[in-house]
Amino acid sequence: MKFKRFFSQIYLTLIFIFLYAPIAVLIVFSFNSGKGSRFDGFSLRWYEELFQSEMILDALWNTLFIAVTSALIATIIGLISCIGISALKGKPKAVYMALNNIPMLNSELVTGLSLMLVFAAFGLTAGYPTILIAHITFNIPYVILSIMPRLRQTNKSTYEAAIDLGASPTYAFYKVVLPELMPGIFSGFLLAFTMSLDDFIITYFTRGAGINTLSTLIYSEVRKGIKPTINALSTIMFVSVLLLLFFINRPKKATNEIL
Amino acid sequence: MNKKKWLSTPYLIWMIAFTVIPLLLIGYYGFTTRDGSFTIQNITAIFSPAHSKALLKSLYLSLLCTVVCLLLAYPLALILKNKNVGQGGFVIMIFILPMWMNFLLRTYAWLNLLDDGGIIERIFSLVNIPYQSIIGTDAAIILGMVYNFLPFMILPLFNVLTKMDENVINAASDLGANSFQTFIKIILPLSLPGIVSGITMVFVPSLTTFVISDLLGARKIMLIGNIIEQEFSIADNRHLGSGLSLVLMIFILASMALINRYDKNGEGNAF
Amino acid sequence: MRKKYLVITAALSLSLTFAGCSDSNSEEANQGNVVKVYNWGDYIDEDVIAQFEEETGIDVIYDTFSTNEEMYAKIASDPSLYDVICPSDYMIQKMIENNLLSEINWDNVPNIENIDSLMMDRVSDFDPGNKYTVPYTYGTVGILYNTSMVDEEITSWDVLWDETYKNNIIMQDSVRDAFAVALKKLGYSLNSTNEHELEQAKDLLHEQYPLVKAYAIDEVRDKMINGAAALGVIYSGEYLYCSEENPDLAYVVPEEGSNLWIDGWVITSGSKNKENAEKWLDFLARPEIALKNFEYITYSTPNVAAQEMIDEEYLEDPAVFPDEEIINRCEIFQYLGQEMEDLYYEMWKLVK
Repeated sequence: MKFKRFFSQIYLTLIFIFLYAPIAVLIVFSFNSGKGSRFDGFSLRWYEELFQSEMILDALWNTLFIAVTSALIATIIGLISCIGISALKGKPKAVYMALNNIPMLNSELVTGLSLMLVFAAFGLTAGYPTILIAHITFNIPYVILSIMPRLRQTNKSTYEAAIDLGASPTYAFYKVVLPELMPGIFSGFLLAFTMSLDDFIITYFTRGAGINTLSTLIYSEVRKGIKPTINALSTIMFVSVLLLLFFINRPKKATNEIL
Repeated sequence: MNKKKWLSTPYLIWMIAFTVIPLLLIGYYGFTTRDGSFTIQNITAIFSPAHSKALLKSLYLSLLCTVVCLLLAYPLALILKNKNVGQGGFVIMIFILPMWMNFLLRTYAWLNLLDDGGIIERIFSLVNIPYQSIIGTDAAIILGMVYNFLPFMILPLFNVLTKMDENVINAASDLGANSFQTFIKIILPLSLPGIVSGITMVFVPSLTTFVISDLLGARKIMLIGNIIEQEFSIADNRHLGSGLSLVLMIFILASMALINRYDKNGEGNAF
Repeated sequence: MRKKYLVITAALSLSLTFAGCSDSNSEEANQGNVVKVYNWGDYIDEDVIAQFEEETGIDVIYDTFSTNEEMYAKIASDPSLYDVICPSDYMIQKMIENNLLSEINWDNVPNIENIDSLMMDRVSDFDPGNKYTVPYTYGTVGILYNTSMVDEEITSWDVLWDETYKNNIIMQDSVRDAFAVALKKLGYSLNSTNEHELEQAKDLLHEQYPLVKAYAIDEVRDKMINGAAALGVIYSGEYLYCSEENPDLAYVVPEEGSNLWIDGWVITSGSKNKENAEKWLDFLARPEIALKNFEYITYSTPNVAAQEMIDEEYLEDPAVFPDEEIINRCEIFQYLGQEMEDLYYEMWKLVK
């Protein structure tokens, strides 16, 4: 039994190393004084350059703006639709859910390409709006899949009780149903935000002139040889998320409810 | 109560505009030539040597990647379950956290690790083991795929395993089943929905990737994703690109249908 | 606790959204005074962009591409996506034929007189009557090799098929350039439209595949500097930079001949900022700006007035500024028509 525990400990460690080794490399190299793949010495040079690079800061801004906005809109649309879906039955519901699943099954490649074609056909100039529409489109299914199970679990009788006690349906919804859905809504938002933040393929096909997110910027830089300024930025982002999670997790084990 | 139904319409319109019409457009381009006349050549083009080779390679690599992910993730999910970590959110966060560091950058970091003169070579040379860079080979691409998609396998497995009713497992051992029997007869069948959704979430992106092969394949290896992407971005032939996309979609749908036969309840949602 | 999440989320989202609105509004307001530039990766001194913005008050929206083909696909799908772009010879020809370019009003580009008249003659081969193009750079395609890893003197493309350099060769990952190498090795024109010749070239490239370490475009430079390979097919303009970073590197244009290319600035037919685009063209043709760019990107400039300020040492190095003898060996790419292009690409897919 001891042997077994020892073995599983090793296994966990190995997977952990596998997942985090590249991240460690990126962080270490953000402090490299040189540019190449050899560590020449410690320096904060790339951090200084980062705050002077308009291109990277613009890309960071675009990435965050698109991620937050698309996740927010997707959450709102997703929530409204979930309530609508719950009133659907039988065939219409099945068709609706099948349509909703298309972007998830379809692979980002086909989703991105088909959206690019449709924007061109509608005469939409590629820019912020096209990227946003694309991100919202692939975010909504994740939101719906996060909220739907919660909605199914909610207790109908409390809602009905509230109505019987004289609450208007809207009021009853806000006071009774919405709080119960909150963890689902929040996890949907978080999931959508993360997907959007990490997306490359869909942005790549739908972006317009001069609009880069971090992903597309990195993709074009990879070809010319990446500068460690991007590593510096990623390190800062990673550490801030880590700290944020740490603090959210500390006071109450509420993250259980999030995912 | 029926008024609620109408709440589903805004998204329905959205889906028609940005999911259904785009797909119809792919269908339209897929069945036309540059001058707009009907053809099925863009579909049959999948049988040309360059395309079928790329599709077979993609299938082979993505299947292998899915199997490796499953073999790595299942024991891991079992260990995590048995550890009774309790804080499910925390465990999940550990596997989602890497996603906050850009996906391209993480993959690019592997290049730093694996390439000639990279970190692994230097570690190997310290202990005098010869090292041949795997960049530009199938191995590098598999590694990149497993690295990127492993969390998508771990999460649904972990989810389904932790939700499993302990009493069923205890009952089995009370009735005399050894741990191997319990696993085969009880745990494995009950975790099937998790396996199914894990497979889906790993197989589809790895079948269609073009970025991982671009970064780690030294552009020597053409996957079907690369072929399609380049039809659009380099050859400026959206007709052929769309035709090949249609074929790819058929492959995905067929494999989904196949896999979903094992998930009759459709409960295998990852999140 | 749940409420707290909601509040945090909402606050974060709202602040970002508001900031975002104001940001896009200001961009909207600036729409009148921008120029959207689409250039090769790392193909301009970034200070030049800043200087242009400062001097003219025009905002430069800057984007990069890595092959002519990639650029074309974008512009063909929407010609108003960018105002000025920097394609090569054959691609300029293709874009003219497909009505994707807009004629330059030369009155607004007086600095064109700084450009070598011989160069303008060559440009008129693909841009008849010199209506669209302000030449930016020119050069050859050749082999960059690391003298510490290669003992022999290289004179021929044959070395790229030499088994001794297995896994030590970096090949160009662009259709026309790769085919040019094979066609020239076979003694054909690099503008061949003969299916039989192309077939042979394709087989040759396929034969080379196992020897190739990587197919690359912009990465060739870094890989060669790092000594990751002994031989690389590269544009002459990269040589100067590479040899400064790694003195072991030498450049040769093989005797079978090669490609002479000319990159030039053109204005798209969909441009909504044509006057700004012309200001951009004129600015880049200024002698001191051309010099600045030469010093940064190290690609030879056809700007005579700038050349006068460049060191003799560089001007006389045939690897940097190709001499008559080399140029006579080389051919300029021509646009061969959509059908031929599709055929080239079909063949190219069979190589890998």
